[in-house]
Amino acid sequence: MIQAIAFYLFATLMIFSGAVTILARNPVHSVLWLILAFFNAAGLMVLAGAEFIAMLLVIVYVGAVAVLFLFVVMMLDIDFSELRAGFIRNAPLGVVLAVVLFVELFVGILVRSAGGLDISQAPGAGAVPDGLSNTAAIGALLYTHYLFEFEAAGMILLVAMIGAIVLTHRQRSDTRGQNVSHQVARRPEDATVNVKPEIGKGVTL
Amino acid sequence: MIGIGHYVVVSAILFVLGVLGIFLNRKNVIIILMAIELILLAVNLNFVAFSAHRHDLVGQIFAMFVLTVAAGEAAIGLAILVIYFRGRGTIAVDDVNRMKG
Repeated sequence: MIQAIAFYLFATLMIFSGAVTILARNPVHSVLWLILAFFNAAGLMVLAGAEFIAMLLVIVYVGAVAVLFLFVVMMLDIDFSELRAGFIRNAPLGVVLAVVLFVELFVGILVRSAGGLDISQAPGAGAVPDGLSNTAAIGALLYTHYLFEFEAAGMILLVAMIGAIVLTHRQRSDTRGQNVSHQVARRPEDATVNVKPEIGKGVTL
Repeated sequence: MIGIGHYVVVSAILFVLGVLGIFLNRKNVIIILMAIELILLAVNLNFVAFSAHRHDLVGQIFAMFVLTVAAGEAAIGLAILVIYFRGRGTIAVDDVNRMKG
């Protein structure tokens, strides 16, 4: 019973915040609603017994991706009301497409619940071992059977990081940065002169 | 009793919301990126639900890879957005035809 209440709470909040994410006028509000949607999705995943993915979702999405979105939204100086101009014009097509998509998905689910095709087979390497927590089981599977895929995922992240830096980095000419090698190579004899001026004549520098 | 069907319906609704978001906010590329994140979240929810349903961890492993790709996509997408804004001073993307593709 309490599981059902929790499920409906998380599901309702997630769908509501997903809807507000795409409808909100202010993109900053959109990002905050997106964070709420991710939190509730993490709750749903915890209910299904997938704690590790749920915590990963909170850390990666809320901690990194949402903050990145927030940063970009706040950094760019954009007139958002101008961007909403086509909202009403695009609405009919979008709503029709959304309804069609949802009906298709829902029909699939209905047919399945009426006793669909049986395409199941005995689980292979991924069968959940007894007596291990979710995180330990995922680790045992990920670092053995899926080691190369795991490293490929790391490669993807590396390429994404380098790509983002290369794309956004620019050489600016209007700033005066520190040239460390220049500073280190400077010697006292290049920089200063010792003079002995006559009294009252002053010096030229 | 909550079953796999409930999870599938919820993620189907979330997926449709993401697609609708792309159509409604055709100009605002930031919202489009967020809608893509919503779609990927729905996919992840499906993976996890079926993984729990079938007692097979491979679904959760794959959800992790989807998460990885989504994070990379967000980083690259926002980087492209920043340089686009630098060059044009706007992020209205409904008339992007710079590369005449």
